[in-house]
Amino acid sequence: MTNFARSLGASFARLDDRPGRSGRIGLLRHAAFARFSELGLPTTKEEEWKYTNLAPLAQVQFEPAAKAKPPTLDQLDRLAGGPLGGGAVRMVFVDGRHRPELSSRVRSYGGTFIGSLAAGLAERPELVERELARHADYQRDALTALNTAFIEDGAFIHLPAGTALQSPIQLLFVSTTPGKPTLSQPRNLIVAGAHSQATVVETYAGLADEVYFTNAVTEVVLGENARLDHYKLQEEGARAFHVALTQVHHGRDSSFTSHSVALGAALARNEVRALFASEGCECTLNGLYMATGKQHLDNRTVIDHKSPRCTSRELYKGVLAGQSRGVFSGRVLVRQDAQKTDASQTNKNLLLSDDATVDTKPQLEIFADDVKCAHGAAVGQLDENALFYLRSRGISQEAARSLLTYAFASEMVNLVPLGPLRARVRDLVTSKLPAFEALKEAA
Amino acid sequence: MTRTEPMLRVMDLHAKVAGKEILRGIDLEVGAGEVHAIMGPNGSGKSTFAQVLAGRETFEVTKGEVLYQGKDLLALSPEERAVAGIFMAFQYPVEIPGVGNLYFLRTALNALRKRRGEEELDAMDFLALAKERMKLVAMDESFTGRSVNEGFSGGEKKRNEIFQMAVLDPKLAILDETDSGLDIDALRTVASGVNSLRSKDRAMIVITHYQRLLEYIVPDRVHVMGSGRIVRSGGRELALELEQKGYAQVEGRPTVSGRAGGEAAQ
Repeated sequence: MTNFARSLGASFARLDDRPGRSGRIGLLRHAAFARFSELGLPTTKEEEWKYTNLAPLAQVQFEPAAKAKPPTLDQLDRLAGGPLGGGAVRMVFVDGRHRPELSSRVRSYGGTFIGSLAAGLAERPELVERELARHADYQRDALTALNTAFIEDGAFIHLPAGTALQSPIQLLFVSTTPGKPTLSQPRNLIVAGAHSQATVVETYAGLADEVYFTNAVTEVVLGENARLDHYKLQEEGARAFHVALTQVHHGRDSSFTSHSVALGAALARNEVRALFASEGCECTLNGLYMATGKQHLDNRTVIDHKSPRCTSRELYKGVLAGQSRGVFSGRVLVRQDAQKTDASQTNKNLLLSDDATVDTKPQLEIFADDVKCAHGAAVGQLDENALFYLRSRGISQEAARSLLTYAFASEMVNLVPLGPLRARVRDLVTSKLPAFEALKEAA
Repeated sequence: MTRTEPMLRVMDLHAKVAGKEILRGIDLEVGAGEVHAIMGPNGSGKSTFAQVLAGRETFEVTKGEVLYQGKDLLALSPEERAVAGIFMAFQYPVEIPGVGNLYFLRTALNALRKRRGEEELDAMDFLALAKERMKLVAMDESFTGRSVNEGFSGGEKKRNEIFQMAVLDPKLAILDETDSGLDIDALRTVASGVNSLRSKDRAMIVITHYQRLLEYIVPDRVHVMGSGRIVRSGGRELALELEQKGYAQVEGRPTVSGRAGGEAAQ
């Protein structure tokens, strides 16, 4: 038995002793824990984990976080990059627990609910119990099972039919790691009713460069014609492990856009899965991963074209420096009934050193005949001609490399439509580039 | 640097790429205020010479020396050469998607100013300077919002090179086939931009295949390159002679080795 498994058993038992742990959620948690115990942590023998080895994780004995000293508002602003515009709602989670005293006060308007999962269970039990764990399949995936077994806190957002929120909702997950390696497992649920519209930003960050593990699951349920723009900014600490799943269930004519920006953690894996459960849906998955040192950043996407007339667009870009390793595996499944599918998938990578590597695996599986599908992957290096051009004008070699790297990544930055958020993403990207001080005002 | 020392002194310069010797002993002196034209057929080493002066690392200098303002030029990196006042207008300006044209130029100018201990220009002052210099090459302001050379026509790219030169204000400008791919109107515009930048403090080396450019940019000296060395030098009339007789005769071909002409010319 690994240290990891040993620590989990004890934690699970403790969690179970708490009051209010019975009912459907209690049964679900037990079933999920049993499933995790069966599956164990995935190994590289499994196709989906071929390029990402969780063995270092298995050796750590994690503990659930004790109630920590809360971060200051200054620290939170630094991690979140300031407010995302007027009226933006911010919910703060410290070591996986909602901290209302650090979060915006949310007025309930027109039936919209923005609060913790626990509050959601108390106030809208039928809806939460109906949707929670219905979409992210814990039978399939061990880490989803693990998260499900430990469902305790996270965000619950409910937009009733016809609601359009102008300002983004920011979910900020901060790890404080006081002393011992901690494990936090946020579980988020977003239910967007028919014709509703919102922007949700999930930010994951660490206060210290200590070992900790974030294992997050977000389920998104889109009603007819609902539209959700989803951002995930992964800026975890340098020694952190981060695994996250965003599972999207598309209702008819619904639209989902995801921007995943992965910059932090020692080892991270981000997975986005979209299921077109009905016709006429659109899904756009954008991703940027930038790794330095010995970082390992894995990106996985699965788009299940189960229904006809759906469109999916996917663009992931990777920048790998030092001895880092990037992974992109994207699966697009076009089922037999999914006629008139329009799917495209692109992955482009920039290797900045001889020791950096990337594994890219685009996968198209098509079982329908009247479809339009394209995919492609590229791995390249900085253009020597462009480098010389910049240097011949007086820009130092290091700055020239950073400028060209930024130029490669900027396409993803420019895809962020919201001004304050775009500025935040740009700052995060440039902070990963050496000698960028002189180039701060790029773009 | 004494008063008699030229700005640039090239002595017996040899360079090779991928094991192949391209420059085989170039000797050249260029003084401040002078415009030198270097002509020659394709493959004679003109562009290699320009790039070696600008510091391109693809080429390995195997022998010889280059003194710029009395100092060893070959010891400097490309960016250090730019700081020292050297500018090369590229034969094939590079497209850099994602980097704004003006942003790039301001970054470059401020890098130079900083390294020279001068104050950096803020965005407003820079814009004023850029707009003034754009007029020299009749550059449209719509260029400013675009990425570096991205989607520019051949003529726009060459104008952009001269515009950059006008902003960066070098001491020694090397124009590598700035006339190639230009129609006559664009050629006139570019040449007039270059002429307006002639000054007693600035030296220029104008590399071209055709005499045509030299009708507009009138050189003080003309050199003819062949097989990696300068085979003849003369005044502007040498360019006309080339136009009439062609490179083969002026270089002294057909000789057996192709070297006799070179030695005779020096």
